[in-house]
Order: sequence, then C-alpha cells, then structure tokens
Amino acid sequence: MIDAGTVRRLVPLLLLVGLVLAATLLAGTAGIVVQRRVTLGLINLVAVVSLYVFMGNSGVLNFSTVGFMAIGAYSSALLTMSPAAKATFLPDLPAWLAAAQLHPAAGALAGGMVPAAVALAVGPPIMRLSGIAAGMATLSLMFIAYIVLGNWTSLTGGQQSLMGLPIYVGLWTATGGAIFAVAVAFAYQETRWAIALRASREDEVAARATGVGVVRQRLVAFVLGAFLAGIAGVLFAHFLGTLRVESFYLDPAFLFIAMLVVGGARSLTGAVAGVAAISVLTELLRLTEIGVPLPATGIVVATPPGLGDVALAAAMLLIILFRPQGIAGGREIALPGRPKAAGRLPRTRSSR
Amino acid sequence: MTANAIQILVDALSVGGLYALTSLGIGLIFSVMRLANFAHAEFVTVPAYVMFALSGHPALMSIGAAVLTAVALALAVERIAFRPLRRVDPAAMLVASFAVSMLLQKLLVFAVGSRIVPLDPLPMLGEAIRFGGVQVSALKLVTILACVVLLAALTWFLRRTRFGLEMRAAAENFTMSRLLGVRANRVIAIAFALSGVLAAVVAVLFSAQTGFVQPRLGVQLVIVGFVATVIGGLGSLFGAAVGGLAVGAAATLLQAFLPPELRPFREAFLFAAVILVLLVRPQGLFPARGLKERV
Repeated sequence: MIDAGTVRRLVPLLLLVGLVLAATLLAGTAGIVVQRRVTLGLINLVAVVSLYVFMGNSGVLNFSTVGFMAIGAYSSALLTMSPAAKATFLPDLPAWLAAAQLHPAAGALAGGMVPAAVALAVGPPIMRLSGIAAGMATLSLMFIAYIVLGNWTSLTGGQQSLMGLPIYVGLWTATGGAIFAVAVAFAYQETRWAIALRASREDEVAARATGVGVVRQRLVAFVLGAFLAGIAGVLFAHFLGTLRVESFYLDPAFLFIAMLVVGGARSLTGAVAGVAAISVLTELLRLTEIGVPLPATGIVVATPPGLGDVALAAAMLLIILFRPQGIAGGREIALPGRPKAAGRLPRTRSSR
Repeated sequence: MTANAIQILVDALSVGGLYALTSLGIGLIFSVMRLANFAHAEFVTVPAYVMFALSGHPALMSIGAAVLTAVALALAVERIAFRPLRRVDPAAMLVASFAVSMLLQKLLVFAVGSRIVPLDPLPMLGEAIRFGGVQVSALKLVTILACVVLLAALTWFLRRTRFGLEMRAAAENFTMSRLLGVRANRVIAIAFALSGVLAAVVAVLFSAQTGFVQPRLGVQLVIVGFVATVIGGLGSLFGAAVGGLAVGAAATLLQAFLPPELRPFREAFLFAAVILVLLVRPQGLFPARGLKERV
C-alpha cells in the first residue's frame, strides 16, 4: 500500500535521485571532458555515501573507505581482466585466478562482497572503539590495505600500474551506481538498526542503557559501508581502465571526509550536497586556470596554475569555519513550503 | 655483532626521538584543547623551506629563523582557524586542521613547486664518529642529544614554571582550570607556540637526515606521530613521548630483524600492532586523567 505518509517519507530519496539524474542529463548535453568530470564526481558520490552510511549514522570517525575501495577495485579487476592481459601484467597469479574471467556484473558484485567480508572480519574488535582512537584504528586499516596491496606484487602488480582492465563505466553506469548507493543508504537509514545507531551517535551511554547493541549496530553499518565503498572502487577501476595503489591513499581519504563534513555528516542530503559543492567548486577553479575569455574584449583571464588548489582548500576551511554543521546542517532535503520533518534531532550532548 | 647492535640502537633511538618530538608537539595541543592537529605536518614543512631559502647563511641564523617561523605560523593558525571552532564538535576541528594542512601545502606547491629540493641545515655533522671499532653518524648522535635536551627542558617547563602548571591544569580539566583563573586563550597559545618550537627542531633534524625538502615532508612524519600519540595515550605527554620512542624503535627493529621477503610489509606490521594496542587499551598505554567521559 502506498499512502501519503509513505510518499512523504520517500521525498528526500526522490529529490536526491532527481538531483543525480538532473546532473547526468545536463552533463549529457555537454562535451566529453565535462562528461568525464561528472562521471568521476558520481563515483566520488558513491564513495562519500559509503562513508556516510557508517560515519554519518554512527558519528565514529572513519578513514578506511579508500582502503575498501582499493580492495573492491582490485578484486573486480582480477576477476574481469582477460587471461591474456593477466598473463602479461601479472605472470605470477595462481592458476585459477589467472584463468578466471567473469561477467562485469559478477565482478562488480565480488568487488562489493570482498571488502564487505574483510570489514566483517576486522570490524568486530574495531567497532568497540570511539572517538579519536577509532579514527586512528581505521587510519591504520587504510595504511595496511595500502601497504599490502602496494607490495603484494604477484597479485596486484605492486607499485606499478595495473593495466588492461575492461572499460565499461561511462556516465550512465556511474549514474546507476550513484542512484543505487543513495537508495541503499536511504533504505538503511530508515531501518530500526540505523535509528538505534543514530541514538548511539547522540549519546552512547543512554543508547546502551536502552538496549542498543552499539558494537553490533556499528558493525552492520561498517560492513554495508565497505560494500558500497567496494562498488565505488569497482566503478573507478573500470572507468579509468588502469589501477594504481597511489589512487587509494591519503589525498582521496581526506577529500571524501572533507566532502562529507562540508556537506554535513549527519544526513544523506549532506553527503550529496558536499560532493556537489566541492565538485562544482573544483571545476570552476579548474576553468579559471584554463582561462576565461572576457566577453567583447578578446582578453583571456587566467589564474596561475596551482592557485585553484589553494582556493579550494581555503574555501573548505571557510565553509567549516562559518558552518561547522555542514551545508545541510543535519537535515534531509524537503519540498519547499512543508514544515520541517522529524529529521532534525536536537543535539543532546554539549561539546566544548 | 656488538658493533651492529650499537648501530641498530643508535638508529632506533634517533628515529624514535624524532617521532617522540613530533608526537609531543601533537600531544601538547591535544591535551589542552582536544584537537588532533593534522596541520602539524606543515609546522614542520614550512620551517624546512625557510631554511632552504636561507641556505648559505650561518646555520644558527637559519635555524633561528626556522623556529621563529614555526612559532608564528602555529600562533596564526590557532587564532584564525581553531579559535572560532573551539566550542564546536571535535570532528569539525579535525577537518578544519586537514583544511589548514591542505591550504598550507598547496600554498607551498604554488609558491615553490612540488619538486624535491636539496637541503642540508647541519653540514658540519656529515662525518661519522668512530668509537673503537664502531662507526656512528654524528648527526644521529646529535639528534638523540637534542631530543634528550628538549624533553628535559619541556619537563622542566611543565613542572617548574607557572605556565607549565597552567598547562597541566588545563590538560586535566579545562573548565575547572578556567574557573581557577587560567586564561584559556593564553594557555592554548602557549601550547601552540611550544608545538611550533618542537616542530621546527624536528624540521632541522629530519631534513638533515633526509637531505631534502618537499611540500609533503611533514605528512608521513606526522601520521606516525599521531599513531604514537594515540598508542601512548591521547592527552598524556609522557605517553606521547614514550609512544613516539616505541614506534620509532619498533620500525627500526622490524626493518633490522624481519626476514627480507617480509620487509616491504614492515609498516603493515607496525599499523597492525597499533590496532592491537588500541584494542587492548583504547585509552592508550598511559591514559590521561580527566579524558574519560563521565556519565
């Protein structure tokens, strides 16, 4: 039965999916360069949504997203590359893996399941940690993934680029991935598990006292987040066609966290808004670096190369300084004119 | 064999000493304002570039300029970026410190380029010293000596001066110390200034060991420093120093004693050990008093 209440509940999801589709349709009318940028932005969206599923709902710092992305990317790559390409680039693979060539969809599923399995294995002890200790533990996880993948030469090619991946991700595939991620994250955050997890975010002790199994709820979100991160890695790998472990290191890890916090880590809308804001800003700054022709004068104004990066960092700092709760401020997007839904929770714990 | 053992010991102590100074710089700020300051990396990198700009001048002058720059930078960052966020949640402060770190790093890339430039701030220490049959690098000995002196000076400052007392009080209970007359802005500014001094010393010693500067010089160092601070017990300065020493020593020992085929994975073992320590003692080896949340 679909009644008015159900529809109202689904409004944020529909609006966010609409936003993603609008971005895709707009990009479809533009040139190939813009299309590739938007595709990359949508892949980043999948990664940030995966980060939101755990960090947004639990309030626990998490740096491990890029590590799970890397695991997903390499899993899918190894399962979908042609045996001939594997023989060239990875001569030391075990025989069964060297011969395997799955359908891209099966490879993508494996690219989500392998990180999820890893998260399920390493998660239970780490989920006991909170605050800065959790941040350091997940940061350590990310380093371990980076170091192991970067040195396991027979499996990943080590420090060298792994080439010859089938390229099947374009604008529409990435859009599909982004909508899938947003829908999964939304469906999850409507469950009672996610509500229990958000309760523990607001006040861990009170949540425990009312019977929330904090460690178990965090683990559910952690594994689901790892699955989505793996999907982001798969999309990234089969968009570029080459893989380097360096692509899954500190820079993207910081970028994803910055996107989430700038948008507002406490709502799915925030995750989407952060990706949109920073992607658009990056793009505008890149354009000014190439040069903007002033109308009717023939003069091209261009900023010196490198200034765009400076401006981007400065803009992020300013957003955090003036809007520390992020662009969305913990609320979900709603239709204009409606009273605010119950998405806004009062902050219960005062922090210094 | 003994010669080899002494070499390894000197290596372990000099690496561990640098990490200890880094983690102390991070720990000082964390203990008073609960900020995990990623921008500490640039407190190291920027003075290293100042020394590069002044290379050719007397070593003492460039080192002095480096220390002054680091202190000024630390104070400015505190005033501009962190003071407005003091009352907001720690995650926002953490991300603000990323943003500051990125901003400074990109400014460096913009101003001087991202390529590696050579730097030797302490050319007189290039020689090795011989004790009997043992050869030890003078630079490493000086590093160890500098770390010991700085640790002693810092201990004296914290235990014997008024500002040190205020800092320890603020670390234990910030609100209470304010009620008793400690000025919040002053005590935080002192923490940042001290952190800047430590970072500048690390810049001198670390760039002398590596022989170059690049815009990401401080990043790897600070990440290890962070890990060390957490292992030692966030908020505890003694813990930070011990943690830094332990991580540096563990890295050196793993490098020396792991079988060669596992050596590339050395740091993976290190970080796995970090997770293990955190699981057994989430508050670190030497938990700070007053950090545990009361209910």
